[in-house]
Amino acid sequence: MKIELKDVEYVANLARLELSEPEKEEQLEKLNRILDYMEILAKVDTKDTAPLAHVLPIHNVLRKDEVHQTLETEKTLQNAPEESQGMFRVPKIV
Amino acid sequence: MNYEVVIGLEVHVELKTNTKIFCSCPNEFGMAPNTNVCPRCLGLPGTLPVLNEKALEYAVLAGLALNCDIAEFSKFDRKNYFYPDLTKAYQISQFDLPVCEHGYLDIETDGKSKRVGVTRIHLEEDAGKLVHEGDTISLSNASLVDYNRAGVPLIEIVSEPDMRSADEARAYLEKLKAYIEYTGVSDVKMEQGSLRCDANVSIRPFGQEEFGTRAEVKNLNSFKAVQKAIEYEVERQIELIEDGGRVVQETRTWDDNQGMTFSLRGKEEANDYRYFPDPDLTPLIISKDYVEALRNTLPELPDVKKERIINDFGLQEYDAGVITSSRGLALFFDKTVELYNEPKKVCNWLMVEFCRLLNTESTEIEDSLVSPENLAQLLRLVEEGAISGKIAKTVFEDMFHTGKDPESIVKEKGLVQISDEGALDSIIDQVIAQNPKSVEDFKSGKKQAIGFLVGQIMKETKGQANPGLVNKMLTEKMS
Repeated sequence: MKIELKDVEYVANLARLELSEPEKEEQLEKLNRILDYMEILAKVDTKDTAPLAHVLPIHNVLRKDEVHQTLETEKTLQNAPEESQGMFRVPKIV
Repeated sequence: MNYEVVIGLEVHVELKTNTKIFCSCPNEFGMAPNTNVCPRCLGLPGTLPVLNEKALEYAVLAGLALNCDIAEFSKFDRKNYFYPDLTKAYQISQFDLPVCEHGYLDIETDGKSKRVGVTRIHLEEDAGKLVHEGDTISLSNASLVDYNRAGVPLIEIVSEPDMRSADEARAYLEKLKAYIEYTGVSDVKMEQGSLRCDANVSIRPFGQEEFGTRAEVKNLNSFKAVQKAIEYEVERQIELIEDGGRVVQETRTWDDNQGMTFSLRGKEEANDYRYFPDPDLTPLIISKDYVEALRNTLPELPDVKKERIINDFGLQEYDAGVITSSRGLALFFDKTVELYNEPKKVCNWLMVEFCRLLNTESTEIEDSLVSPENLAQLLRLVEEGAISGKIAKTVFEDMFHTGKDPESIVKEKGLVQISDEGALDSIIDQVIAQNPKSVEDFKSGKKQAIGFLVGQIMKETKGQANPGLVNKMLTEKMS
């Protein structure tokens, strides 16, 4: 399976990436190389193999429902681009 | 042409755990902004999620209450999208292996019973809360984000597209709320957002098997809004088709003030969430023993309870339905009947006086000052003839507002029923003397004239006269 330039643009948009034309060409080639490799993997017979949910053979890592310390509000807002009334202020979305 | 309405509901329920789903921040409503947060729910680099065991337990309990199969193997996935209410640009949710599947709920509308399928229940984290600056979204140029809610455990309960009217959708949602409330896993308060509902609505010509294109309606903040929005949406879609147009698949928002739905965004292009298994969380293996142990902790659920009180106490189907529609009401009923074994009387008081006051004062029964002990005592005072039924209502209002016990109120206010012939004698004579016309009417055969005279005596005694005695004495004096 080969993808085209419009697929690169679509994926870039989903990831909120702005690519120049040469960058799009470069990504197209790289992504197609990955997909070529997937073609090889797809040849493996997986009829009796369940999809892998996790790479490590572990399950049920749970914690108790107990409250631990929270962050002070000043620290929380340290990385905020802007703040107002104890909240993160972000550009209008809708 | 006649159209058939097809409705499916997606209901989000916040779980009442102490902490968030993937970190140990408190799960509390109404705190100052960004106080219940930590590096984990803020999505800071290097932090890892660990599942809260209580959240899993609660999801399984909800699933058992809704007759679901519990998965033996389940996992979490990332749902990717950019929005400032998400700190990580993805929401941890479940895609193809939810905790619960294949459940159902039986609903009733117009006396007819119907089974609505529950497709699945999955666990996920809630997002933060956005407050728009300015008066409306369109006027605002910035939004403020509070991440206290980010990471609060949610279950999303997805129904089959089995409902065929707005009434059925409402009945399903009310039933669902009652069931979840009984399990105790959530407050299910729509006004606080711990129960949220989106509706998928489509129409198709009667007899057509294929579903029509659906619109998803959001921002339904009350049962009434759910019903009205669906009714509006059905009308809109029928008009659209009749005018030669077609319904587009999209997300619409309900405006309660205008009573209309508005298009938010086309779903076709927006819906590419690129789900994939979250490598930060381990899969879940849920054992039969674990599930059965939880099943044993389930309380008696609404439909079973309803059957029981109809069979054991001879209550009417409708009354039993109202009593069991809320966990608080049902518990109150049970406790009061334990103390005063007249289920029908207790039911009447709960449904008429108590519910009326709860409604007018917008109070939840759990927060009410009236206790089952006090209601039982009040009913006993009426039965013993210490107070009349009419006075009892006044006393009850007092109990409702002050939390005092009925005996003290009756004593303090001197409301004891007058059952002493001597005390009533002169009052009755006086009323007879003042109302010769009514007395004449009564004597000439208009028996209903006595009602007016009794009323006058009640007025004179501020409702405290024993009505049975008044009737008897009046009849004797006038014959």
